[in-house]
Amino acid sequence: MLNIMIVGVGGQGSLLASRILGSLFIEEGLDVKLSEVHGMAQRGGSVVTYIRAGEEIASPLIPAGECDVIISFEKIEAARYLPWLKEGGLVVVNDQKISPISVLTGATQYPDDILDTIRAKGVKLVAFDALSAAAEAGSERAANVALLGAASREIGFPREAWEKAIRQTVKPAFVELNLNAFEIGYQHA
Amino acid sequence: MKKLMLGNEAVARGLYEAGCRYVSSYPGTPSTEITEAAAEYPEIYAEWAPNEKVAAESAFGAAVEGARSFTGMKHVGLNVATDLVFTASYTGINGGMIIAVADDQGMHSSQNEQDSRHYAVSAKMPMLEPCDSGECIDYVKLAYELSEEYDTPVFLRLSTRISHSQSLVELKDRVEVPVRPYEKNIQKYVMSPANAMRRHPIVEERTRRLTALANTDKINKVIPGSKKIGVIAAGIAYDYAKEALGENASYLKLGMLYPLPTDLIRDFAASVEKLYVIEELDPIIETHVRAMGIACQGKELFSLIGEYTVADIREKLLGVKSASVYAAEDVPVRPPVLCPGCPHRGLFYVLNKLKLSVSGDIGCYTLGSSAPLSAMDTTIDMGASISMLHGRIKARPEAAKTTVAVIGDSTFIHSGLTGLVNITYNNSPATVIIADNSITGMTGHQPNPATGVTLKDQVTNAVNLEEAVRACGVRRVRVVDPYETAELEKILREELAAEEPSVVITRRPCALLKTVKRNRPLSIDPDKCRRCRMCMKIGCPAISFEKGYAAIDSSLCVGCGLCRSLCKFDAIG
Repeated sequence: MLNIMIVGVGGQGSLLASRILGSLFIEEGLDVKLSEVHGMAQRGGSVVTYIRAGEEIASPLIPAGECDVIISFEKIEAARYLPWLKEGGLVVVNDQKISPISVLTGATQYPDDILDTIRAKGVKLVAFDALSAAAEAGSERAANVALLGAASREIGFPREAWEKAIRQTVKPAFVELNLNAFEIGYQHA
Repeated sequence: MKKLMLGNEAVARGLYEAGCRYVSSYPGTPSTEITEAAAEYPEIYAEWAPNEKVAAESAFGAAVEGARSFTGMKHVGLNVATDLVFTASYTGINGGMIIAVADDQGMHSSQNEQDSRHYAVSAKMPMLEPCDSGECIDYVKLAYELSEEYDTPVFLRLSTRISHSQSLVELKDRVEVPVRPYEKNIQKYVMSPANAMRRHPIVEERTRRLTALANTDKINKVIPGSKKIGVIAAGIAYDYAKEALGENASYLKLGMLYPLPTDLIRDFAASVEKLYVIEELDPIIETHVRAMGIACQGKELFSLIGEYTVADIREKLLGVKSASVYAAEDVPVRPPVLCPGCPHRGLFYVLNKLKLSVSGDIGCYTLGSSAPLSAMDTTIDMGASISMLHGRIKARPEAAKTTVAVIGDSTFIHSGLTGLVNITYNNSPATVIIADNSITGMTGHQPNPATGVTLKDQVTNAVNLEEAVRACGVRRVRVVDPYETAELEKILREELAAEEPSVVITRRPCALLKTVKRNRPLSIDPDKCRRCRMCMKIGCPAISFEKGYAAIDSSLCVGCGLCRSLCKFDAIG
């Protein structure tokens, strides 16, 4: 079974990445379940999408300690969901800081060294500026596909299968842009 | 072809395939996407109604006329629609009718986590509960068949994790179901006491017949495994149990929650060594099983509160601990906040500044209760802001000078109008603020009767809020842009001083609407900034004071200018 989590801040938009993963897994003949967050948390709260693929999936949620790959759109969100990661699991994180309101007001501190803290736990970590990577490919909006590219080695499946999933999911005009973003992310892993 | 589909979208797909013609709902997380997805099918007439009661009654009207109809709502929405439900259970229907209700275990987006299954028991109305998107489609079809065969509306119970999870479905074609002929039938549909007395025995007999069906129908099924552990479960709780226990248990998976299959439960209980009932929230199934004299374990092991987990079930029933490898990092929490450019921010800044007591309501603007705005005292249910304000003033007349109600445009139409009539009729000098952002915001931008656009994106008649409140008897009606904070403050002082009811409409469209122009991001001139923290009082997620001075994150700022208008040193531009 494959367990993947996409985490971030409500409004960042994880939809495209989870749809590409869904398309990939269906094509591979796997059972798929995916759980999303709608409603209040989307207003700037901490959000998580669970994606599971395998022979037969019962629960749409991933139990703690069983996640293969966490893809995080923001630095401290990666740290928040570490208890879900399995031993030896991979964390791919966008090197972006979005301060919660308590940090903005100065009531708490943003842990700027959070990536070092995660690494110090022995977690496999790939961190890069996905917004710049996506901008390099043509648009910041492809940042989530760049992160997916970085996660793809760990998730497995042939390169052609990923390309096909991207072609099936994004509008034709944006295929090249997203394939480029995926490749740049892939090189970061 | 197999397709990944959200539970809510699958319910809509089921409606399409089953020949549903009429859908009427009010938005509410986690149920909203059912009606939005239904509106995508041209064969289905779908609409947003002003509230769940109107939606349910309209859908019931369509069913009595002879069409297959549907209404969907969140758990607390069912409280609003219940007036119809209890009596529609007596009359029955003509065309099939489904009432979907989505519970929110864990309160991801709700003010309580009530268990809607109680309504099925007390209204004596059958209730089905699917465990994935495929079953959402299948159970919609089954619900229509049961509805028409047993002459009753049927509940479809969902929950956040079913509504908002995607799983694989097989799509089929639509089967057209013609509108049945309508026949006048006073004894069936006029629930005067004499007629209702004749209908009640029919309801009891129907429940007996449905119980017999539940014992034999494939909707309730035994999934064999180890006989050492027997689990009775339904919906998402079944999914958790199945993953946690696998072949280590046998399961009685219930698809019908009311009425329960008495014989099937007895036979299953006899076939296993130890029986467990695993159900989130209240012990509905467990109580029934115990009342049958069957020993089982349920709530002494599992909580009445929140969502269950696979790990918890595994540990309690198998004694297998599954633990996290990596401990949680103690990072700052990230609660939801009003968006950058949110029109409500100006309003709550002024309410906070005037130190008013605020009778609040349900919507995005409930976030006005968060620090640093902290400008809300109560949030209970849809419309309570206005009715509670009236009661507060009657209990303590001087409260009229220090207390206001805040309600959104959609919530005002949902349940605020009647409260306002109570204020004018019973004459309390109340000040009611309608925060009109021209959309239903929190549930994801649904049009409402004040927007002049329908669910199917057609231009329509619009409720004029100013005229509506005047028609309710309010003579003092003011309209102001909430970003004109000085003007808003002046108006509020005047209306609080007035000795009669007044309504202040703070009007500015939601910043997330595509029609709202984003301005150039603002920045702070560090030479001019005196670190007075004035701009921090509005709780904007784009402004920080992390390094001892104010700074604006240009990637978040939409250039709304509220902070600039408050800066006394002209440092923001």
